[in-house]
Amino acid sequence: MVAQYLFFLLAIVAVAAALGTLLARNPVNSALWLILNLFCIAGLYLTLNAQFIAVVQVLVYAGAIMVLFLFVIMLLNLAALPPLRLIDVRRGLAFILVMGLLAEMAYIVAMAADVLPEPLPETTVQTGSAVEIAKVLFTRYALPLEMVGVLLLVATIGAVMYAKRRFV
Amino acid sequence: MDISWYLALSAILFTIGVLGVLLRRNAIVILMSIEIMLNAVNLTLVTLSQSMGDVTGQVLVFFSMSVAAAEAAIGLAIIIALFRRKLTLDVTQIHLFKY
Repeated sequence: MVAQYLFFLLAIVAVAAALGTLLARNPVNSALWLILNLFCIAGLYLTLNAQFIAVVQVLVYAGAIMVLFLFVIMLLNLAALPPLRLIDVRRGLAFILVMGLLAEMAYIVAMAADVLPEPLPETTVQTGSAVEIAKVLFTRYALPLEMVGVLLLVATIGAVMYAKRRFV
Repeated sequence: MDISWYLALSAILFTIGVLGVLLRRNAIVILMSIEIMLNAVNLTLVTLSQSMGDVTGQVLVFFSMSVAAAEAAIGLAIIIALFRRKLTLDVTQIHLFKY
């Protein structure tokens, strides 16, 4: 039951964060909403028993890609920064409570309509652990793995080339 | 397991990403909307991998995340190079091929 409520909470916060990314006026606010969205999706991966992918999502997406976005926003934003606003505790608390309430309402509606997402049976094969992924990744998909390595090298060289002062 | 909730959520997130790409004018926010779309697709892949008991979907998500990281890096490098020339991030102002 907790797992099902957790799905609704994570889903509603993920949608709210995506809408926040879309509607925010400041690109820094968009980036912060997107970080919240990525953490919610990582939580959804955990409810789907994909532990390895959840950790990789937090490390790579929320940890590296969003930091890269924030660096670029910081470097390119020539407009004067808006004055520093005090953190509004009431708005933050209201946001958390309303999201929890929305998730509870969605859970009750789903329970009444008998369409709850069923929890995983305990005897399923652990298809999300790093061992299971490694078994397939290093044997059957070894060639795509090496190609992804080459792709990342090419991307690094390309990014450095594009960002240089003189186009060499 | 009833996976239709996860697939519906993925569809909603993908739609929000598409709206972001079409409606926003800031190039960096457009790239962020592309990331939302990629995350929605990854969620679909992991959901179906869990429901079919096959780990191949999660391997594909692993590759998709690597490609998304490379694409974000290159996209931001292009934006930096473009910004140095045009001094604007507004995609409606970037029309070098105007006839």
